[in-house]
Amino acid sequence: MTGPLTRPKRKNPVLRTRLPLLPPWQRSRAALGLTACAALGRFELQTCRACGAVQYPPREACHSCLSGELEWRLQDGAGELIAETTIHHSNDSFFRERLPWRLGMVRLDAGPTVVVHLHGACAPAPSRVRVNTRLDKAGQGVLVAFPPEEVQNMANDKQLREMTCDPRFRKVLVTDGKTAVGQSLVRAVIGAGADLVWVGFAEPWKKFPGLQEIAALPQVTLIPLDVTDSKSIRTQAGEIGGRVDILINNAEVHRTHGIASRAGIEAARAEMDVNYFGLLRLAQEFGPALKSRGADGQSSATAWVNLLSVYALSNFPAHGTFSASKAAALSLAQCLRAEMRPAGIRVINVFPGPIDDEWNQALPPPKLGAQALARAVVAALQDGVEDVYPGDVAQEWLERFRENPKVLERELAGMAG
Amino acid sequence: MAANTLNLLVADLLSGRIRIVDLTQTLSSDFPQIALPPEFGQCWPFRLEEISRYDDRGPAWYWNNFSCGEHTGTHFDAPIHWISGRDLPNNSTDTVPVQHLLGAACVIDCSREAGADADYLLTVDRVRQWESVHGRIPPRSWVLMRTDWSKRTDPVLYQNYDETGQHTPGPAAEVVRFLVDDRDVVGFGTEAIGTDAGQGYHLKPPYPCHYFMHGAGRYGLQCLTNLDQLPPTGSVIFCPPLKIKHGSGSPIRALALVPA
Repeated sequence: MTGPLTRPKRKNPVLRTRLPLLPPWQRSRAALGLTACAALGRFELQTCRACGAVQYPPREACHSCLSGELEWRLQDGAGELIAETTIHHSNDSFFRERLPWRLGMVRLDAGPTVVVHLHGACAPAPSRVRVNTRLDKAGQGVLVAFPPEEVQNMANDKQLREMTCDPRFRKVLVTDGKTAVGQSLVRAVIGAGADLVWVGFAEPWKKFPGLQEIAALPQVTLIPLDVTDSKSIRTQAGEIGGRVDILINNAEVHRTHGIASRAGIEAARAEMDVNYFGLLRLAQEFGPALKSRGADGQSSATAWVNLLSVYALSNFPAHGTFSASKAAALSLAQCLRAEMRPAGIRVINVFPGPIDDEWNQALPPPKLGAQALARAVVAALQDGVEDVYPGDVAQEWLERFRENPKVLERELAGMAG
Repeated sequence: MAANTLNLLVADLLSGRIRIVDLTQTLSSDFPQIALPPEFGQCWPFRLEEISRYDDRGPAWYWNNFSCGEHTGTHFDAPIHWISGRDLPNNSTDTVPVQHLLGAACVIDCSREAGADADYLLTVDRVRQWESVHGRIPPRSWVLMRTDWSKRTDPVLYQNYDETGQHTPGPAAEVVRFLVDDRDVVGFGTEAIGTDAGQGYHLKPPYPCHYFMHGAGRYGLQCLTNLDQLPPTGSVIFCPPLKIKHGSGSPIRALALVPA
């Protein structure tokens, strides 16, 4: 059974902060397929196109017929826990600090038998379980067996929390509280149990609807923060950087231009300055502090969330310069992910389709509501996934992109204003 | 004769009989910039990025790159800034006659009125009242509207926005025409973010100080400070913009010479 999570004791400020360590992270190229699907929160296994065999662990050829025609197919994860053990000793530095650790073997209904991290609420073997993927602290895909039905406090499992970024009892920075999305994010992380939320706002002299209501929430502290201003970011990183557990960068500029519809580069430059350089400035100033606290107890620093756009995958010409700035931000976010990985800090990229805001006024529905977007971000933190495509439009674009990026490019070219 | 004037000036500066007052706000990212509706192009705020600071990027030296708009901080407006002045000769920062950049200042103290009413508009009557005390505004003078607005060091109070937009003092339309046509001023200076009032869009014509001053080849100064240290008459200001080719304006270091 998993009990309710208790608020950790205040940190003793004179004690040394534990260094972040990682579980073994080496994987074969084939095994990275599991990481790729875990990053999206999906459980897929290699399936042979020739003979239909499902296999695990991943390898280059079918274990049954030696065909190389393997594809990753979605699994429901149902299976039987046939053996379990609790590790009390390990020579691996990461696991030594986290013992005891429960492992099991599950015979999936789909065929293969897999080694899993065993959730505390799973009944002793033999029992029915549901296997799913998670990304571990090293950002690699692993398998976890859960009880077949949701149980109370399931997210609070000690082992599971090493793989997720739950906002409960954590301190969160939302970089822009001026927008409906920012305000929904603040409310959503508070709803998910965040202890404290710093909410950034730029250009304080402009009146922003909703900001005062946000400021009135007991968990919220407003901070002046302008991602175009290195000094502002350096100041805030100095003051609160060492306490931020989750950073959500939602600051963005969105103008609705391609190349020909707007003379000059000013609007495009403003997009780049906020959407790309803003991320770079934040990462340079806040990144080191988060990295130093990757294993700082139950409420360690754990995640960095970037609000990108599905247009980062392929340019939407009607919003062409915005798309380009988000593509730049996506590329930098990959760099950030690589640099944060040694500290076990998860970088979560969120790729919404058009958000229901003033800059998408002229686009027809469906558009993603601010609250739905915020819920998706919180779910991503709770599940510890890396890439989130919230809403129908984003899901559809993702599918089309995965199917054939060139076809998608041509289709989008046809939508140019 | 002229050489002697300069000798006397230097002697008075050295002895402190003439004081130099800095009329300039500090350029920093904390100082607000003018805001237009977001679909329009925007003036950059002041930003500073370090190049090196005695470190691996440059071991023995500290320096920065800065970025800002032509109309950031305490700045100069050239006639070409406004459509009414776009075809005038010598209308940009590189061509304005430098003789215009040093001149006598008439400082009209509207601090009481602006303190009572953020939307206060300077009128012809108020200027005539000032003249009845301090004498007629001499031709080719700068007229500076003192409001003590620069004492609002909190950017929120300085910008003073509400649901209907910005509320800052400035000149009425008629007084701008009066100063140009009847007093032949060189330019007009204010302490708020623009030479026109915050609600200047609603005047006829919109932004009359920009429209009439620049249309007549005159200049604007804004975001001035320390105007309370200037006498109503008798000071001289120096306000050259950067020599930007075809520039519409420039941040400046505005200085005033004041009898001690």
